[in-house]
Amino acid sequence: MKMGLPQKIWIYFLLILTSALVFFPVLYAFMISFMTGPEIIQGKFFPQTFSFENYTKVFSRLPLMNYLLNSFIVSASVMIGQLIVCSLAAYAFVFLKFKGRDFIFFLFISTMMIPWEATMIPNVFTIRNLDWYNTYQGLTVPFFALAFGTFLLRQHFLTIPKELHEASQIAGLSRFKFFWKVVLPVSKTSLVTLGAYGFLTTWNMYLWPLLITTNQSVRTVQIGLKQLQSQEIATEWGVVMAGVIVVIIPTLLLLFLGQKQLQKGLSKGALK
Amino acid sequence: MSTFWRKSVDARTAVLYLLPSIILFSVFIFYPMFRTIYLSFFLTDQNGNAAINVGFENYQYLLSSSEFINSTKATVLFVLYTVPIGIVLALFFALLANEKLKGIGFFRTMYSSTMGISVAASSVIWLFMFNPSIGMFNRLLSVFSLPQIQWLLDPEWALLSVAISTIWMNLGFSFLIILGGLQNIDEHLYESSRIDGAGYFYRLRRITLPMLSPTLFFIITISLINAFQTFGQIDILTKGGPSQSTNLIVYSIYREAFINYQFGTASAQAVVLFVIILIVTILQFKLVEKKVHYQ
Repeated sequence: MKMGLPQKIWIYFLLILTSALVFFPVLYAFMISFMTGPEIIQGKFFPQTFSFENYTKVFSRLPLMNYLLNSFIVSASVMIGQLIVCSLAAYAFVFLKFKGRDFIFFLFISTMMIPWEATMIPNVFTIRNLDWYNTYQGLTVPFFALAFGTFLLRQHFLTIPKELHEASQIAGLSRFKFFWKVVLPVSKTSLVTLGAYGFLTTWNMYLWPLLITTNQSVRTVQIGLKQLQSQEIATEWGVVMAGVIVVIIPTLLLLFLGQKQLQKGLSKGALK
Repeated sequence: MSTFWRKSVDARTAVLYLLPSIILFSVFIFYPMFRTIYLSFFLTDQNGNAAINVGFENYQYLLSSSEFINSTKATVLFVLYTVPIGIVLALFFALLANEKLKGIGFFRTMYSSTMGISVAASSVIWLFMFNPSIGMFNRLLSVFSLPQIQWLLDPEWALLSVAISTIWMNLGFSFLIILGGLQNIDEHLYESSRIDGAGYFYRLRRITLPMLSPTLFFIITISLINAFQTFGQIDILTKGGPSQSTNLIVYSIYREAFINYQFGTASAQAVVLFVIILIVTILQFKLVEKKVHYQ
């Protein structure tokens, strides 16, 4: 059934107004990143010229390239680590029969009730005792196991017929081959969803890198932003905003590109 | 023996496949949780080793500390400011973006955009907008000749300002989850109600919201937990000030542990945080159970 024209206009009006309000801060930061100091003080919205001066400045004041690379390595590692660890566990929960399965499943659930911040004090000492301060493994390994990720994949694995597993065993396929050649390929959408989620949350992580990076060697962009903001605040907002834009572009792109896939995954789930 | 070996192949494989998760959970979640509870009964040295057993003194100290009471109050207020408004806004946007109109994909992208922006980046943007002399908010106020506000510097306004920015930061995620929930509602439910000539708000109240309630429960729980865990925006926007008005619990734990090196009292605060989140989670489970029973 179709809605009337006045109703349509009304909804478009609300859509345009509210989405513009939501996106405004980002757009504003983008504009500021091209402005000179006086322009910012005058309170303009559009810069006089779109010159990349602030961008070259931010790259020269901060090892931003280095930080970006670190963030990329850390996020990609956590993403891959989570996909491996979670898919292995989900496979065991769905396809293997063993004693104590319910108990272990309960253990997994219980990890979701423990806020990460409540455990950070001993974790920092663990990292120190392992000598993992300022290392990639210190930034990544603690996040490889994820109950949420295991459940997400388990949900998808459950839709694979059990008979397929039995048939493949009769055909002489090893358990690992079945996992690798059958289970993973048919679960692509869930793996992509979990991968995007893992990358995004790791890229945006703030407190943990703040605690265990004490120098620039493996520091991530988020901590770089804090550094930039405390250095430059009084003087050059344009440079700070250029840094902000550089940091948010990768995740915004990932979100914009992945949104369709996400939508598809969601509507597929609805058809079940 | 060999048949036992063959029969147990599933169990042995399972151990192998679950081992990475179990080891990581043990080292980075279960052990530190018990260690935190243990440390909360001790005074510690600078390296975080338990030194003197003080029983419940750390907890007694917290209950009598105006700093901690203030931090708890601020956290509860912050949760009340951010969660209800955040969810109502996300629901409103999701309802708009669920209409089948031309170009709706563009609007969905706009609404979900804040999910792709880190807490650190968002905080820096809002820090600028709250700036008393060149920020946008005070410029707007002066356009309408209203008195200027010292947003992040005024103890009366700082918590509210951080809350406003936090609502914005969480909007994208809540929006995507609620939109997903809306798209899972069976179209046929609406078809039959339209024939009866039901109005938009009637359908909203009678079909959409009830069908959406599991999703809403889920996002309310996640939002509550997230609000209790707030840290990044405090560190960048206010550092817990002015006069501790924004010293939320995780920031307070961070300061007590890694700036004051009081690991015992910091651990006691961490245990309090754990208990709060446990209660929220259990309440959620109970409520959902109840709902399922009634259906």
